[in-house]
Amino acid sequence: MTAPIGAPVRRTEDRRFLTGRGTYTDDINRPGQLHAVFVRSPHAHAELRGIDTAAAKRAPGVVAVYTAADLAATGIGTLPCGWGVKSKDGTPMAEPPHPVLAQGQVRHIGDPVAVVIADTRDHAAEAAESVAVDYRVLPSAVSVEAAVKSGAPRVYDEVAGNLCYDWAIGDKAATDAAFVKASHVTKIDLVNNRLVPNAMEPRAYIGEFERATGEYTLYTTCQNPHAIRLLMGAFVLHVPEHKLRVVAPDVGGGFGSKIYHYAEEATVTWAAGQLGRPVKWVAERSESFLSDAQGRDHVTHAELALDKDGKFLGLRVSTLANLGGYLSTFAAAVPTYLYATLLAGTYTTPAIYAEVKGVFTNTVPVDAYRGAGRPEASYVLERLVDQAARELKIDRTELRRRNFIPPEGYPYQTPVALAYDSGDYFTTLDMALKTIDYAGFEQRRAAAQRQGKLRGLGVATYIEACGVAPSAVAGALGARAGLYEVAAVRVNPTGSVTVLTGCHSHGQGHETTFAQVVADRLGMPVENIEVVHGDTGKTPFGMGTYGSRSLPVGGSALVKALDKVVNKGRKIAAHLLEAAEADIEFKDGKYTVSGTDRAKAFGEIAFAAYVPHNYPLEELEPGLDETAYYDPKNFTFPSGTHVCEVEIDADTGDVRIVNFAAADDFGRIINPMIVEGQVHGGLAQGIGQALLEECRYDQSGQLLTGSFMDYCMPRADNLPSFEVATHGTLCTHNPLGVKGCGEAGAIGAPGAVINAVIDALAPLGVSHIDMPATPEKVWRAIASRRGQKAA
Amino acid sequence: MPSVTITVNGKKQTANVENRTLLVQFLRENLGLTGTHVGCDTSQCGACVVMIDGYSAKSCTMLAVQVDGADVTTIEGLAKDGQLHPMQEAFREHHGLQCGFCTPGMVMSAVDFAQKHKNPSEQDIRHWLEGNLCRCTGYHNIVKAIKAGTEAMARGGK
Repeated sequence: MTAPIGAPVRRTEDRRFLTGRGTYTDDINRPGQLHAVFVRSPHAHAELRGIDTAAAKRAPGVVAVYTAADLAATGIGTLPCGWGVKSKDGTPMAEPPHPVLAQGQVRHIGDPVAVVIADTRDHAAEAAESVAVDYRVLPSAVSVEAAVKSGAPRVYDEVAGNLCYDWAIGDKAATDAAFVKASHVTKIDLVNNRLVPNAMEPRAYIGEFERATGEYTLYTTCQNPHAIRLLMGAFVLHVPEHKLRVVAPDVGGGFGSKIYHYAEEATVTWAAGQLGRPVKWVAERSESFLSDAQGRDHVTHAELALDKDGKFLGLRVSTLANLGGYLSTFAAAVPTYLYATLLAGTYTTPAIYAEVKGVFTNTVPVDAYRGAGRPEASYVLERLVDQAARELKIDRTELRRRNFIPPEGYPYQTPVALAYDSGDYFTTLDMALKTIDYAGFEQRRAAAQRQGKLRGLGVATYIEACGVAPSAVAGALGARAGLYEVAAVRVNPTGSVTVLTGCHSHGQGHETTFAQVVADRLGMPVENIEVVHGDTGKTPFGMGTYGSRSLPVGGSALVKALDKVVNKGRKIAAHLLEAAEADIEFKDGKYTVSGTDRAKAFGEIAFAAYVPHNYPLEELEPGLDETAYYDPKNFTFPSGTHVCEVEIDADTGDVRIVNFAAADDFGRIINPMIVEGQVHGGLAQGIGQALLEECRYDQSGQLLTGSFMDYCMPRADNLPSFEVATHGTLCTHNPLGVKGCGEAGAIGAPGAVINAVIDALAPLGVSHIDMPATPEKVWRAIASRRGQKAA
Repeated sequence: MPSVTITVNGKKQTANVENRTLLVQFLRENLGLTGTHVGCDTSQCGACVVMIDGYSAKSCTMLAVQVDGADVTTIEGLAKDGQLHPMQEAFREHHGLQCGFCTPGMVMSAVDFAQKHKNPSEQDIRHWLEGNLCRCTGYHNIVKAIKAGTEAMARGGK
């Protein structure tokens, strides 16, 4: 058997997915099941003057129609926010209630105002058409810039200026002083475009109520079933946790959008209790566009101060972050603690000050989407660095090298709260440049020019804080939950192993990677290990999967549990082998008395633990089943360099990616095949943000990009094959030395792509373009410059 | 309600369906073949692709009554005697799937592609996939898998 850690083991989960036997929530149907359809607001902002449900209640097949008044009559709570942020003056953020169904007002297009429940989905949908809602349309605040203007319409009457918080981090005085000393200041204004996560499986839920026991069950497309049980049970439905089971079966992608507790989850669970029958809801894709939390949407001004040698002296950043019409579960943390704390990037900038205003608008709520704050930070920084290099006529890679944290500089304390434990930015930069043939680029540019094409190359480095999170640190910053993880290793009597994890796999391949960690430690084949996740009725209380945390946090809990198993096994082996515990070695699945050939296989020890006929029962309990919780000591800091080469057709503005190289540091790698797949997927989303994707509303708050017809998802022929490589410096504070790899692609790619586009257009005098760099936008940039030159 | 008879994965299935019943609903709801997925409502994503009389088609965009008398193969009908089809095996070998939701449609579409292309280029494959969306893989490994699966099918005479 080859060593399981580091091997590209083919995935355990693939067989069921490839043969159509995966079980996603919509594949589940419960006896007596009813179907829910939501009535949603067609307006971005309106007063709800009345809802007439009488006709709908009489429609064929309809069992019930509910509005906020029905929920209120049973004492249902509001959807909670899991993170509180304080403004710079110390006041808590504005946290207006987020009702399950709209109360009094609707605050974004698609805001649910009623639910129709019927015997079939078609009947529910037909009846929903006849719910008559009397709206008085109100003026909308849609873009962040418009929403903070004086006199802007208020999303909430009680929230002045639509300001949820006015937050800051860093030393303002020191940063201002750095700018006074500077010999050069580079300034930039940019937009980080709003995105729709669009996991391929739309959200779907089934609520169920067992009359005999009073127990509720929710089947849900979520990334963190225990968190949903806690949030929905304690804050919304007031169902105690021992009477609420949350099951997240196979889930078809998440990318953050399935972390949050959504109104539809609470509604179907509550309705199942009211009606005594299971209630199912499945989103149509156009409904996902109106109701899944969206991502990004920042408007930023940033300034970088440099000395005469190009050393960074200070960084000032001011960002308006769009939070949408309600505070989603982690919305407050994303543009603050997951964004501005990353603004040091890979550099030694000694003074940083960032201000972020979190702004309510009449748009769909915004929350974490793959990368969550970190892509926005990396994008600001890498755009600034490239622009500074152009202005100072210093090679962009040289400018980065002059400012990198040196390999001997760890641990490195940034001026924005984080302490990096390890990294090697020089090596990943060199690797990516070599792969793309940086030295040969100018020749390729000249060759392209002879063909009438504009070629550009863009570099972006990044760092991310993953493995969320040390609970005490997160708590001090406003998190309202712990962020440890749990694993139970249940050795079965005949020696196979069941692992129960609080993480959840929705594409990441945990059933394989976690099994590799167990196989390595216990010396058994991966086939003998089953990884169970996604059911609060089976697994201990864990926090789920997001923020590239599964292996750094969940894998560490697994290692701790395995240590307990191995140590208990050692005691049993010592008894059976009549040797001192200290003399027993465990290796390759065998307990051996040191220096002898006397040994017991792991399977024999497991059997003895469950059939304790010859067993130290006075000192040791039977059984071999250990649980461990792991609370991380620090974040992990994956980092790397992405380099993109583009070719632009000047006549059409079409941008083609001709090559893309990524060199990443993820620490130790358990399964390189899975890691590469994660990078590819992240890159596609990052490139999608840079070139294709934009969620756009009109001035009244109507969603203009409400389906796959209007929102441009990356397709196979929009993307190149990728050149990905890794160079691992180990994480110093978790037992596997792992850092997490799920978000890197989406963090590094946007900066690399847009820097490449600007590099291609720079000879024409273009120094800025906002994402997505669509053919229209690029063509206009080219045409405006050509027009100027002609004039 | 009209009666339809459709051969699905080699088995004749007769049922009364509403005129508006989509083929994907018939497969998922009447037959319980939930391997065929619905990922959108505008015929863009391709998670619902099945083979109809040997050609790939989006089952969300056809009525069950339109395929009366036809021969339909879904993802459940591809593996034979517990052996993965060469295209399924290629997806597994090349990590051409992550969450698995788009996978059935990708594989069915890829089988049709392989029947029509003997020695395809990467661009041929990428162009063919314009009707199939994947949000997880960035397509890199799907393209590799389809290339390998196409070669394997050619070798196996499929």
